[in-house]
Amino acid sequence: MRQIRIGAGAGYSGDRIEPAVELAERGRLDYLVFECLAERTIALAQQARRRDPHLGYDPLLAPRMRAVLPACRRAGTVIITNMGAANPVAAAELVCATAHDLGLGGLRVAAVTGDDVAAAVSAGACRILEDGRPVAALGANLISANAYLGAEPIVQALAAGADIVITGRAADPSLFLGALAYEFGWSLADWPRLGQATLIGHVLECAGQVTGGYFADPGFKTVPGLARLGFPLAEVGEDGSAIITKVEGSGGCITTATCKEQILYEIHDPARYFTPDVVADFSQARVEQVEPDRVRITGGSGHARPEALKVSLGIAEGFVGEGQISYAGSGARDRAELAAGIVRERLELTGVAARELRFDLIGVDAIHGPGLPAGGARAEPYEVRLRVAGRTATAEEALRIGNEVETLYTNGPAGGGGVTKQVREVLGVLSTLLPREQVQPRVQMLES
Amino acid sequence: MKLRTIAHARTGDKGDTSSISLIAYDEADYPRLARHVTAERVAAHFAGILRGGVDRYEIPSLGALNFVLHRALGGGVTRSLALDTHGKSLSSALLDIEIPDF
Repeated sequence: MRQIRIGAGAGYSGDRIEPAVELAERGRLDYLVFECLAERTIALAQQARRRDPHLGYDPLLAPRMRAVLPACRRAGTVIITNMGAANPVAAAELVCATAHDLGLGGLRVAAVTGDDVAAAVSAGACRILEDGRPVAALGANLISANAYLGAEPIVQALAAGADIVITGRAADPSLFLGALAYEFGWSLADWPRLGQATLIGHVLECAGQVTGGYFADPGFKTVPGLARLGFPLAEVGEDGSAIITKVEGSGGCITTATCKEQILYEIHDPARYFTPDVVADFSQARVEQVEPDRVRITGGSGHARPEALKVSLGIAEGFVGEGQISYAGSGARDRAELAAGIVRERLELTGVAARELRFDLIGVDAIHGPGLPAGGARAEPYEVRLRVAGRTATAEEALRIGNEVETLYTNGPAGGGGVTKQVREVLGVLSTLLPREQVQPRVQMLES
Repeated sequence: MKLRTIAHARTGDKGDTSSISLIAYDEADYPRLARHVTAERVAAHFAGILRGGVDRYEIPSLGALNFVLHRALGGGVTRSLALDTHGKSLSSALLDIEIPDF
């Protein structure tokens, strides 16, 4: 039976680069996929593109491509990535220029566009899924609206001879499904097979998270060689069966347990996992350790694809201001609590307009608050870091929160040290649905 | 005993919703998980941070449960004031739940 070898070169935008190089050089891959686009990333990228029309793609695009292109060219490995973010055409131009610099002429680079649906959702009757408001009510606060594209334009780009396919917002598993459907000539209406391929894509899409990354728990779950964790590849058969494995000698491990965690990662109802291509069903998924670091994954299925596409909306939601200060030694907790009370009172006295405030004692109750059992006990830690965070309408107001923590140096309890403060702009992410026919993906081919 | 003795877990997030898998190390322990770790039990454990309900899904073929916690992340990763904006640490908190030794 014919097999395709497909690897995952990144699990998020800032991921390590060397494991992808290892895969490209030693994985004997047909395809190398880089999934680099989180929900929030595309809104940030849209802001970058507004400042400069030549920007808006993934900041690591050029270094990643420079690192893997020579090996991919030698092995004939096709690259698929969503590193185009808000500007796939500019990204494709940059990849062509990078290839040219490396002396790699004649590479065909496809840019997939059409996911930017800001005009359609603003003009239409779309409602925000989370709160039911019309999208139009967001007005100028709407920064970006990007529909999740499916595998179809990726299949088109591959059929047109692309060596590299660069998308913007596409569903993560669709990057993998596109390659498999093209190679095996699967119908894009073969729902059970698309469901199984989506399961494979979902297992691969976070890269190191299935090879033992984000898994180790000393005394319970052991993972060898995490500092040189290998990234995964799947050997996929024409019938959709898959073995998940990694390059021999790389760090990490692939076990039924690592695969189970990743199968259930970030999904809600396992029987109804929505993508643009299929409503996938993972509820009968099975994993089987066939050899060390080789796990067979079967049992994925699916039903007809949804009629509407999910759209991610990036929304300007003001600012968050934050300040931190540490107390240590005898009575550290009491002094930190006193400091928190002072800042709370000061913010009221000086009229800082914070819509929401949070006071954390890091090391005591900062992560889950006093509500979870372990946080409720009166602990006496050696050191405590007070963190104050608040939401404001302007950057100036946000800065005042950090300033009130900073003035504790000379005006607060004894022995406070190590103040840090920061202000960040908040880009909220909400969702809406758009009828499929209002989204028109396009493929544009460039050559290096 | 603590759930941690017989199961492992991973947290994921979508907006303000957290999903937490709970997976038996030994599939023979799955019925115990299914019996003791109900949606109500999980909702009570996380009452301090939850502002919505909890759904539970069963995946016996993987010896696993999946819990979906609504309005659990202070607005979600992009806007939350929390230190752990993704809620990544919730899986470890789930494993603190005590269950009977049978």
